[in-house]
Amino acid sequence: MNRLPTVIRQHLAGLRLLLIFTVICGIIYPLVMWGLAQWLFPRQANGSLVSYQGRTVGSSLLCQEFVNAKGQPLPQYFQPRPSFAIVGWSLKEVKGKWVVEGMGPNNYGCNPLYSSASNLGNNNPAQIQFVKQRQRQIAKFDHVAISKIPSDAVTASGSGLDPDITPANAAIQVDRVAKARHITPAQVEALVRTYTTGRTLGFLGAPVVNVLLLNIALDEQYPV
Amino acid sequence: MSSALAGWLQAGLLVAALAACYVPLGNYLAHVFTSDKDWRVERFLFRLMGIDRNADQRWGVYVRSILAFSAVSVLFLYGLQRLQDHLMLSEGMTAVPPATAWNTAASFVTNTNWQNYAGESTMGYLVQMTGLAVQQFLSAAVGLVVAIAMIRGFIRSRTDKLGNFWVDVTRASIRLLLPLAIVGGLILIAGGSIMNFHPYETYTTLSGAKQTIPGGPVGSMEIIKDMGNNGGGFFNTNSAHPYENPNPFTNWFEIFTLLLIPFATPRAFGKMVKDNKQGYALVAVMACIWLLAVGGISFFEAHYGVGGATAAQIAHGATEGVETRFGTSGCSLFAASTTVTSTGAVNCFHDSLTPFGGGIALFDIALGEIAPGGIGAGMYGILILAIVTVFVGGLMVGRTPEYIGKKIRPVEMKYAALYFLTLPTVILIATGLSIGTHQGQSAIFNPGPHGLTEIVYAFASEANNNGSAFAGLGTSLGWYQTLGGIVMLLGRFAPELFALGLAGSLARQQPVPASAGTLDTRTPLFVGMVIGVILVLVGLTYFPALALGPFAEGLH
Repeated sequence: MNRLPTVIRQHLAGLRLLLIFTVICGIIYPLVMWGLAQWLFPRQANGSLVSYQGRTVGSSLLCQEFVNAKGQPLPQYFQPRPSFAIVGWSLKEVKGKWVVEGMGPNNYGCNPLYSSASNLGNNNPAQIQFVKQRQRQIAKFDHVAISKIPSDAVTASGSGLDPDITPANAAIQVDRVAKARHITPAQVEALVRTYTTGRTLGFLGAPVVNVLLLNIALDEQYPV
Repeated sequence: MSSALAGWLQAGLLVAALAACYVPLGNYLAHVFTSDKDWRVERFLFRLMGIDRNADQRWGVYVRSILAFSAVSVLFLYGLQRLQDHLMLSEGMTAVPPATAWNTAASFVTNTNWQNYAGESTMGYLVQMTGLAVQQFLSAAVGLVVAIAMIRGFIRSRTDKLGNFWVDVTRASIRLLLPLAIVGGLILIAGGSIMNFHPYETYTTLSGAKQTIPGGPVGSMEIIKDMGNNGGGFFNTNSAHPYENPNPFTNWFEIFTLLLIPFATPRAFGKMVKDNKQGYALVAVMACIWLLAVGGISFFEAHYGVGGATAAQIAHGATEGVETRFGTSGCSLFAASTTVTSTGAVNCFHDSLTPFGGGIALFDIALGEIAPGGIGAGMYGILILAIVTVFVGGLMVGRTPEYIGKKIRPVEMKYAALYFLTLPTVILIATGLSIGTHQGQSAIFNPGPHGLTEIVYAFASEANNNGSAFAGLGTSLGWYQTLGGIVMLLGRFAPELFALGLAGSLARQQPVPASAGTLDTRTPLFVGMVIGVILVLVGLTYFPALALGPFAEGLH
């Protein structure tokens, strides 16, 4: 061993250190964490999955799209934020208008295999066009004034998988959901309140409404 | 409660928690690297590695050990990615393409964690767990031990030995990083970070569509990603992804872990040089700059302006790329903390920040990652800047500059100057080359001055081993992958070489007793001088790039 040149000996020492710590930090440590996690926090460790009528319908931590076969939003459900979690999306300019093109069979967003932000800058003409376009769509869909639409409804989330909307965003959707389900806005508002979470400890983060849990409660109590 | 007040309380709790950890963790850190007693497991590991734990290394040998270990690591990580389709737990992923694998190997070994791939669709569980996450431990340990070796340069005299690299790395991993990772990881998992080995499963959603949900050993990687100032997430969208960072508490906790060790290291420094006030002075410099960054980004994200024609103004909120549960205050606090610590994890997307908010993020990185900087790297970085400050102070009053009982002579200043010049040189040359080539330009995503900012940010981030990005830039092009790998390696190992050279030169000196002419480096005056030197040096170096990028966009 000592007869080898120093350079070789150092690289061999490096290799041994790497292999030893690959076993410790790369195999033993994650397996211990996995064991502890599955024992102590199995629901969280397995993805916070939620069931409805005996089947798993998704995760309370991941958004899902509530759209029909043509990709249009379903009025009886609260709608999540715009999402760029779309298979292999790219930005294209078609006849002076910016469009987002995906490569999948359905390109709605909220696809957990392709978490993504838009990365569009504040002064990017495409971003400005998208915000205005979404405002017009929501104004028409929910019959609200553009000035009433909160920013989270017209901007894409960071992960593309944001499970939440702001209480203000939920509020503008109440009337439309109530009408589609033939119930009163007050009944919907009561459920929205149930699924609204304030700031953690009163000051961490922001108040949110979990869209999937709210929509499940709606289906459960006021089926269409 | 108003969202501004909540945001400040959130930051206030962070300051309190970090202050509470400063003394105990700093003392423990010093103990880890000064204790003579090996744990039994350490003795066993030293035998397994075949090293003589008592063999102290000269600075040159210490550097060569780092380089040898890192070279082996790059090769191993490259091979693992290229062969993943032949190994278990690949989750059906194909072999990673060569340029991506090269860039990623350099990225994780240098503690940068620049990611030009989407984790959930590129890397199988085995690569994430036994390749990337292992480097997140070891590259953090390497950064830390370089800082410790540099501190030894101050406390040792008439020797050229700085310690044993293999012993130091083992201690840093076994005594510090692993125990903290186990505790912190469980906290993240309790909050909702996933930790399983399920294959990707497809479910039918509430409205009848199909949705495939990934699994993975995320929690164990998430904690070391943050605590080791690595930043390379399991998923493409990093700490914005609900499976990495599920709620406002985990978000606060992740920010806390980014800052924890870097902010406690000055205490270890003070303890080791037997003058705690020296540690307080340096941590004060770090804290001031960090708080300025937090205040700046928070301000510009909350005050995006009214009545104008930018996207945030039309939407009535700078929420593009921001998760609802964190809000813009959670985003700003994270963005400032991740860019001043060389972590590079993101919970909101910096490309979509307001021009000035994003400009501050870039400036934070350009500061050279010293406030508090990456694990260890921040410490040796700020020591170099303290030495430069002492030198500048010495020039002003005409005395021989000294720091911690060691003279700052021309040879020390040469090392310090080389250290400081490396990063701007690498960053500005790489940026210039990219702007001058077709491939370099074609990667720009957002038009106008913002596009220039994307390129400057990319190389500043890579050279400073940060790893965050203005991620619109199409860095999956071969140009950026190849050049980026070189930039990251230069940005990591050249400064470490100069820092250790400086340490070796200091260790050979005999300590000089403080005299009436010695600048007291424990005073608020000195703290102010260091901050001044940092801001002036960086400001002048990067002013043209900042003026043409974020300033031009923001003032337009």
